[in-house]
Amino acid sequence: MIIVHHAGWHAFMEAIVTHELTKHYAAVTAVNKVSLRVMPGEVFGLLGPNGAGKTTFIKMLATLTTPSSGDAVVCGHRITQDRDAVRRCIGMVFQDPALDDRLTGRENLDFHARMYGMKRDDRMKRLTDVLELVGLAEKADVLVKQYSGGMKRRLEIARGLMHFPKVLFLDEPTLGLDPQTRYHIWEYIRQLNAREAVTVILTTHYMEEADALCSRIGIIDYGTVITVDTPAVLKNSIGHDIVTIEATHAELLRAALEKEPWIQSVTVSDSTIVAQVREAEQKVARAVFCAQEVGAQVRSITVRKPSLEDVFLHYTGKRLRDDALDIREQRRGGHP
Amino acid sequence: MKAWFNPQAIYVLWLREMKRYLRARSRIIGSLGMPFFFLIFLGTGFKQFRPAGVPDHVDYLQYLAPGMLAVVLQFGSMFTGMAILWDRQFGFLKEIMVAPVSRVAIVLGRTLGGMTTAFLQGVLFLAVACIAGLQLPGLSGWALVPLFMLLIAASFVNVGIAVASVMHDMQGFGLVMNFLMIPLFLLSGALFPIENFPEWVQVLALADPLLYGVDGMRFGLLGVSRFSPVLDGLILCAFCTALVITGAFLFSRVDVE
Ligand SMILES: Nc1ncnc2c1ncn2[C@@H]1O[C@H](COP(=O)(O)OP(=O)(O)OP(=O)(O)O)[C@@H](O)[C@H]1O
Ligand SMILES: [Mg+2]
Repeated sequence: MIIVHHAGWHAFMEAIVTHELTKHYAAVTAVNKVSLRVMPGEVFGLLGPNGAGKTTFIKMLATLTTPSSGDAVVCGHRITQDRDAVRRCIGMVFQDPALDDRLTGRENLDFHARMYGMKRDDRMKRLTDVLELVGLAEKADVLVKQYSGGMKRRLEIARGLMHFPKVLFLDEPTLGLDPQTRYHIWEYIRQLNAREAVTVILTTHYMEEADALCSRIGIIDYGTVITVDTPAVLKNSIGHDIVTIEATHAELLRAALEKEPWIQSVTVSDSTIVAQVREAEQKVARAVFCAQEVGAQVRSITVRKPSLEDVFLHYTGKRLRDDALDIREQRRGGHP
Repeated sequence: MKAWFNPQAIYVLWLREMKRYLRARSRIIGSLGMPFFFLIFLGTGFKQFRPAGVPDHVDYLQYLAPGMLAVVLQFGSMFTGMAILWDRQFGFLKEIMVAPVSRVAIVLGRTLGGMTTAFLQGVLFLAVACIAGLQLPGLSGWALVPLFMLLIAASFVNVGIAVASVMHDMQGFGLVMNFLMIPLFLLSGALFPIENFPEWVQVLALADPLLYGVDGMRFGLLGVSRFSPVLDGLILCAFCTALVITGAFLFSRVDVE
């Protein structure tokens, strides 16, 4: 394994190490001093809203743009020094489609393999294998123009794997796909991670996706990675459960609950009260009691563990989904 | 390994261009239309009032044919630039740019691809022109014409690459096509000898690489020319080299956004 020493930081075992990686554009700092480590075999997720800097971060690691400052080591190679070595050991699936739709699926893969200098026999064998992996063997000789959005995405994933990369970057791999296709793609990602021991870096703004796939998640906003940990630890770190109460006289009930010492915070909208409570199971009876005291009738109470959505809200103070997202998804879906 | 010479990558870039070309029938036929009709209608229409300076023993249609062949090559080559813009629009440019292949190898692959398709267009045009009455030359002409065809193609493929590297959209590209390519065509002596122009326009025409291409091919096909074919060849070579270098340089500075 190659060791890189540089200004007091080093890469030994890691698939990726970044050191204060930064990218400024004219008006914005897209990525701001990001330092993190990804171990071989991990599925590492970057979770963040639109414009958080996910794509820019990945593009720097893939040597498609040069950092304004900072550096990173990918598979033992400095991104600022050894561009072609980095490129040979990574696979890339871009956020936006990047296929030649006048070629067939097989031809797209063959083009890629030759660009990466693969020998004829390796190429042939690998082509069959990756097509098999993403379930496109039967459609291999159809023009990509005639593929559905999900098939195109799978072909791109297959292509990213063609040249046996050690690290695979997936920039929003399931953006704009229907739920069923999304689950299939998750399945492929799990399989290739297990079968090929590929380290996967994926960006997403789907909570379920990060939760289902990633061994660790970095939450990124305004170019800064706020926190990195496993989904379970992140969820526990919030330290409270979420209790949702539907009741009459919601405003009265909220006022009553607010005075209780075991309530951490409480909000109300219409007739729904959302409270953050430690060890909520033991407190449900107390909540019902409070309701009776103020004369509110409880229609339902649910207790749930925090989701990544709550984690995200906790760390960034905002929800992930916004309107811009929907517009962009439609655009992607409508791509020819 | 920072090899700018990467045969496999150059080959596959060429191969892709071939496949796309052979699958686009309408492009093949469409781009022959304009020059073919020019040849037929101008060639027969101007038979009687031939432009001054066309040698007496040469039929105007024969005189026009090398000029139209040059136009076919010129516009056929510009197609490569358009292909780069399409690749950018449909995202495929990123796939090319992220591969461990030097920009010079990419330019070489695309240049060879564009040259081949433009050359094939030229050959098709010659075949069609024969039907329209073009008389083919003897053997010596045959050696000369393909050489000039390839030089013209290599030059204009790289004009296209240069323009596509600087202009980022089709509109910008269209602008260049109309304000650069059409004047170059009209100044090249494709339609009539440039002596018919006022003196200052003649000076401009001398800076047009296509002038030497047309002149050289006219010598090959008819045996008449303004300059000696050797001089034509050398000057066109110089233009071609400069354009290839410019194309490669501008393309190497393209950002992947
Ligand atoms: N080429 C560029 N020139 C100028 N600004 C840019 C460029 N690329 C990205 N930015 C800016 O950098 C910021 C981060 O963009 P980036 O595309 O990395 O976000 P993202 O997290 O991938 O968002 P999304 O979820 O929308 O894909 C944004 O404010 C964006 O406007
Ligand atoms: Mg992005």
